[in-house]
Amino acid sequence: MKKGWAVLLLAASLTAAGCSSNNDDGGNAGNGGASASSQASASASTVDWAPIIDSYRQFSVEQADTFIAETDKFVAAVKSGDIDTAKQLYAPTRMYYERIEPIAEALGDLDPDIDARENDVEDKDWRGFHRIEKFLWVDNTTAGAEDYADRLLEDAKSLRALMETVEIEPALLVTGAVELLNEVSSSKVTGEEERYSHTDLYDFAANVEGARKIYDLLQPELAKKDAALDTSIGTSFTNLEDALADYKSGDGYVSYTDLKEEDTKKLSQLIDALAEPLSQMGVILGA
Amino acid sequence: MENGNRNDTGNSTKQDQPQAGETPLLEQSFEERQASGLLHKSVSRRELLKMAGIGGAGLLLGAAGLGAVFKGNVFGEAAPATRASSRPNSSGIVDFYGTHQAGIATPSPNFILFAAFDVTSGSLDSVRSLFQAWTAAAAAMTRGEPVGEESGNDHLPPTDTGEAVGLSPSRTTITFGVGPSFFDNRFGLAGKRPAALVDFPAFGGDELRPEWCGGDIAVQVCSDDMQVAFHAIRNLSRIGRGKVVLRWTQEGFQRTSAADPEGATPRNLLGFKDGTANPDTASETEMSEVVWAQAGDGANWMNGGTYMAVRRVRMRIEVWDRSTLADQEQTFGRHRASGAPLGSRNEFDAVDLDAKDANGKPLIPLNSHVRLARGDGSARILRRSYSYSSGMDNKTGQLDAGLLFICFNRDSRKQFIPMQQKLGQSDLLNEYIVHNGSAHFACFPGVRQGGYVGETLF
Repeated sequence: MKKGWAVLLLAASLTAAGCSSNNDDGGNAGNGGASASSQASASASTVDWAPIIDSYRQFSVEQADTFIAETDKFVAAVKSGDIDTAKQLYAPTRMYYERIEPIAEALGDLDPDIDARENDVEDKDWRGFHRIEKFLWVDNTTAGAEDYADRLLEDAKSLRALMETVEIEPALLVTGAVELLNEVSSSKVTGEEERYSHTDLYDFAANVEGARKIYDLLQPELAKKDAALDTSIGTSFTNLEDALADYKSGDGYVSYTDLKEEDTKKLSQLIDALAEPLSQMGVILGA
Repeated sequence: MENGNRNDTGNSTKQDQPQAGETPLLEQSFEERQASGLLHKSVSRRELLKMAGIGGAGLLLGAAGLGAVFKGNVFGEAAPATRASSRPNSSGIVDFYGTHQAGIATPSPNFILFAAFDVTSGSLDSVRSLFQAWTAAAAAMTRGEPVGEESGNDHLPPTDTGEAVGLSPSRTTITFGVGPSFFDNRFGLAGKRPAALVDFPAFGGDELRPEWCGGDIAVQVCSDDMQVAFHAIRNLSRIGRGKVVLRWTQEGFQRTSAADPEGATPRNLLGFKDGTANPDTASETEMSEVVWAQAGDGANWMNGGTYMAVRRVRMRIEVWDRSTLADQEQTFGRHRASGAPLGSRNEFDAVDLDAKDANGKPLIPLNSHVRLARGDGSARILRRSYSYSSGMDNKTGQLDAGLLFICFNRDSRKQFIPMQQKLGQSDLLNEYIVHNGSAHFACFPGVRQGGYVGETLF
C-alpha cells in the first residue's frame, strides 16, 4: 500500500513540475504559474500523507466490511419475504455505502450496479438498491426482488475486493470530500435519490459523515497551511450537522416528505456554505 | 411603476454617444444630438459632462416649454433634464469609486440583475470582511477584470468563474445597500438604523409575495451585457457563501441601442411610450435635494448615500391586451401611437389638464396615469426602472412580465411612500398591474479607493 501511494505522490509532483514548464513555454501563463507550481511541490512534500491515507483506507475498509454484513441482513429479509424488516434495513444499510461513495465511484461500473436510479441505466441493466426499493415501496412486495437481492450482495463483495487494488491519492481525498457534498446537493436535498422510500436524509447524513471523515484526517495539515480556511470549514460543518440533527427520528431520520420547502432550502444553503470552503482544501496539495 | 412606466434612464447605450438615451422623451433626442455633437469634437469626458449637463437642460426646457420639467412626478410625464452625467469613458468603464456609489446617478445600461441577500452569519466582523471582499471584487469586475488572481494550483477551483473572460466592462455598475432587517439585534447596529429606512406601509394594489420581498442586503448589478451582469452576481454570491444566502433575484431589461439606434422614447410592456421626470443627475444641487441623504438627515453614516425602493410590478398582460384602444388611452391619458396627450397631436405637446371635450368632460381623465403622475410636482424621485419578463406563471399559464420599478430618493417617507400611496389608491392603471414584490434599502455612500463599501456603518 505504502509503496502504491508513494509512487502516486511522486507522479503528482512530476505533473506539477510539467505544468510549470509548460506555462513558461507558453509565455502567457498568468499569475506566476511557475512559482505557484514550485510552491506546490514544496508543500506537497511537507505533508506526510502516509498516515492520512492509511487512516482513510482503514476507515473505508471498515465501512465496506460493515456494508457487506448489513447488506447480507437486508438481502436475507428480502428473500424471506419479510417486507417490514427489509424496509427497515434499507436506508441504514445504504449509509455504509454512501459514506465511501467517492471510492466506489472510482471503481468503475460498480456504482451504477449498486446505486443506479431508474432510468440512469437501461432497464435491462438496472439492478441494485433502487430496483429493490421500487419493489418494496411501489409494488409493496418482495416477490420478484430475490434475484436482485442476490446480485446486490455479490456487487457489495466485489466492491470490497476491488478496494484492495485501488490507490488512494491525496487528490482523491480532497476532491472526494467535495464530491460527497455535491451528491447531497444534486440528488439528496432534492429528494431525487430515494424517490420511492423517501429516505433521502439517511444518504444525506452519510455523505456528510463521509466528508467529515476526510476533513478530520486532513484538518491538522489544513490548519497549518490555512488556519482561516480550516476555521471556516469547521464552523460550516457544525452548522450543517446541527441543522441535520433537527431531522433525526429515533435511530434514523424523518421522511423527505416531511420536509417543507424552507427546510430543504436551508439544508441546501448550508451544503453550499460548507462545500465552497471545502473546495479550497486543495491548498494543502500545493500553491 | 407606478404606472407602468419604463424607465427613464435608459436607453443609453451607444458607446460613442452620450447617454442621452436615458431620457425617453422626445426632448431626449435633442439632448442626444447635442451631446453626440459634442462628443464628436472629442472633448474630454469631464468637459462633456459639464456641457451636456448645462446645455442639455437648457435645450430641454426650451423644447418642452414647460416649467414642469423639474416638477417631476412619478411617471415622468415630463422629460428628464439630462442624464448625461457620469458618462463612462470609451472603455465602457463606469468608475466604481467616488463620492456616491455608481448605479444611481450614472446612466442606465441595457440590463439589470438585482439580488437581495440575507446574512446567515451572526457577527459584524464577518459582515465587514464580506463587504471588504465584495468591494475588491466589485471594483475589479466593473473594470472588466476577474475577481482575483488565479492560484496556479490545479487542485483548486478557479478563483474567477470565467464566463466574463474577454468581455468588455460593458458599463457595469454594482451598487450595495442594506434593508431594515439588517438593523435587528444580530450585529449590534440597531441604533444606527436610519429613521428613513422604514418598513413600507401596505399600499393599495399590493399583492406581495414573500419570495420577492425584503432582504438584509441589496446588490444591484447593471450592465450592457447580461452575461457580464450574471458573472458579477454569481461571483459575489460565491464569495459570500457561508455568510449570506440569496433571498431573491430579478433580471430586467430595456430596449437596447442596437434595436433603437435613434434612441426614441422607450415603450413599456403595455405598449405606451414612457417618459420620466427625473431630477437632473448632473446637478449636484438637485441631486442633493432629491436623492442624496445628507449628514443632517439623521444618520451620519448615510451622508452621500440614498434610499432605494424596489417594487416588482407585474402587468396583467393578457387583460391589457383585450382592453380596447380607447380604454388603454384613457388609462394613460395619452395616445398610444404618437405618445401625445389626449387631445393633442405630438408627443411633446404640453399636457393640458383643463382641456374638455364637447360634453364638458376632461379630455384627460381624472384618474389617468398622466394626470396622477403630474400631481402637484412636490414629491420627486430618481427613477431607474427596467422591464422584466420571468417566463410564465405556472398557476395561470399567463406571462409573468412587468416592471422592476426602482427609485432612489433622499427620504422615502417624504417622497416615494406618499407618491405610491396616491397611485395605489386611484391610478386607472391599477386594473392592469399588481405589485407582488417590494423592498427598501439604504444604499451606502460612495467608497474611495482603499476603503470599502459600508465602512461608514461598520
